[in-house]
Amino acid sequence: MRTGRRNFGAAPFNSTMLRYLLNKIALLIPTLVGITICAFAFVRLLPGDPILAMAGEHGVAPARYEELKQQFGFDLPIWEQYARYVGEVATGDFGVSISSKRPVLEEFKTLFPATLELSFFAMIFAMVLGIPAGIFAAVKRGSWFDQSLMGTALVGYSMPIFWWGLLLIIFFSGYLGWTPVNGRIDLQYFFKPITGFMTIDTLIYGKWAAFRSVLRHLVLPTIVLGTIPLAVIARQTRSAMLEVLSEDYVRTARAKGLSSARVIGVHALRNALIPVVTTIGLQVSTLLAGAILTETIFSWPGIGRWMVESISKRDYVVVQSGLLLIALIVMAVNLIVDVLYAVINPRIRAA
Amino acid sequence: MSQTEIAPMAAGSPDRLTGLKTFWHYFSVNRGAVIGLFVFILLVLAALFAPLLAPYAPDIQDKTAFLRPPAWQEGGSTQYLLGTDPVGRDILSRLLYGARFSLLIGAVVVTLALTGGITLGLLAGYFRGWVDVAIMRVMDLILAFPSLLLALVLVTILGPGLFNAMLAIALVLQPHFARLVRAAVMAEKSREYVVAAKVAGAGHLRLMLGTILPNCLAPLIVQGTLSFSNAILEAAALGFLGLGAQPPTPEWGTMLASAREFILRAWWVVTFPGLAILITVLAINLVGDGLRDALDPKLRRS
Repeated sequence: MRTGRRNFGAAPFNSTMLRYLLNKIALLIPTLVGITICAFAFVRLLPGDPILAMAGEHGVAPARYEELKQQFGFDLPIWEQYARYVGEVATGDFGVSISSKRPVLEEFKTLFPATLELSFFAMIFAMVLGIPAGIFAAVKRGSWFDQSLMGTALVGYSMPIFWWGLLLIIFFSGYLGWTPVNGRIDLQYFFKPITGFMTIDTLIYGKWAAFRSVLRHLVLPTIVLGTIPLAVIARQTRSAMLEVLSEDYVRTARAKGLSSARVIGVHALRNALIPVVTTIGLQVSTLLAGAILTETIFSWPGIGRWMVESISKRDYVVVQSGLLLIALIVMAVNLIVDVLYAVINPRIRAA
Repeated sequence: MSQTEIAPMAAGSPDRLTGLKTFWHYFSVNRGAVIGLFVFILLVLAALFAPLLAPYAPDIQDKTAFLRPPAWQEGGSTQYLLGTDPVGRDILSRLLYGARFSLLIGAVVVTLALTGGITLGLLAGYFRGWVDVAIMRVMDLILAFPSLLLALVLVTILGPGLFNAMLAIALVLQPHFARLVRAAVMAEKSREYVVAAKVAGAGHLRLMLGTILPNCLAPLIVQGTLSFSNAILEAAALGFLGLGAQPPTPEWGTMLASAREFILRAWWVVTFPGLAILITVLAINLVGDGLRDALDPKLRRS
């Protein structure tokens, strides 16, 4: 964090803010330790021998078994094994995948952009539709639009997204033939990834046909992954907006004779968005859980499908490290959301 | 009015009936909630009387009728109203039996999560200090993982199957209850009625379970309803990923998983099980919304 950047929203980045941040980070330490313990324990809690479990379905020769036992340190006392594990993780050594023989971190790095890109578009989809819909429903409270929107939002919130994905495939890919069924891009387009984000890479190479292909592949997964966040954001925006609209300062603004659009757009919206930001932050965990299902349905080469496939292939080294890496991401995002929340809502910092 | 709010919760109180009436008055204002409750009761009846209602046993295969479309579509017949699956089983019968699994999953998971959450939340909120710190850090830890991922990993450890899936989901949903109970206990602990009971000589256990807990029930009921629907969704997702109920169990998520490869050939094998999940979850969420409005005094005044 650079302290030199003064105009960080309305609030300067002062010492209260720093103390708040340090406090938040201190609270994360037990969770961080807990996450490593969980990942460490996972392999040891698997039914049967951990080495045989990690070796996968092919099994190992007795000589190789002893070798592996020493290599992984299973002959050491349990706390030494844990210390060793933390040491490895801290230096960025997340083990080697049993099935692909590639370092887990390397696999993660190639797959994570796919999940990030999909999640980004899903979140944009949810916000672009959800926030205006929520505002409009609040302003027209009790109207048929409000009622049908809230009804639709509850349906979206109750949606089994794996089924929703299959339905969209049946209709748009099967019946209409508009969208492809799986993957990120048509196989005819092949290029070396630069950023790993297909939308950006195709633009850098200036391949418009490939870019269009990427977008066509993105549409359905984006809708599927964005559905629950969309429902949650629409509901949250509406209730936050309703609360703000009954506040005194909004009435004052109205009484001053300001236009309705100005009152809603400037006075009410800014304050209504504070709880919405928190909601959006809380959706990150939901997004990653949703990515597991969405990526499985659309054969999307991201970390969600990677985890499911590794579980079914019994590649427990990948599962162990994937669990750790995903939890770290969720933790980091939650921290960022906490900080953002403090920046836009000065009241929280004093606490 | 704000005095009678807790009345329906206080067991054995003399004005229990009036309390229930007040509650029903506020609940029935919400049309969606009443519809949800009605659908939910129908589902319970369908589950209870599945053997009577279902035209076939859920695992009977008709080798002459693979992938038969529903009755109203060309090629379908009233023999199989919603069509048959790839091995010739009647989809309607399987859905009716499947309702049993979904409702069972919801009930078991909520019971487990409630019991665990209430115990931990009471201990944390009542004793505070290191007990509180230890319990709540573990809850934070569980919430640090995306719920489905944690459930997947737990099922990998426990082994696939319906019961293990329920255990895993209960563990994943339980921190929400613990947090809720802890917050409610902390708010109630210093109230006069609790202090009075303490002065009167009530022990820890009596204070926690007899005095404080009954007054924290309203948010727990709402959370319990939402967890019920969540549990059904998560269990179906696990079934869909092949780690929940195992085939040939007519669990809805598992049915979807085995129908996946036929989606472009036979829309009905995919559509109906998912629709059943959606309707069930939606009905319960409607009831949950209604309960929240009826039990939350803050919303009631507006």
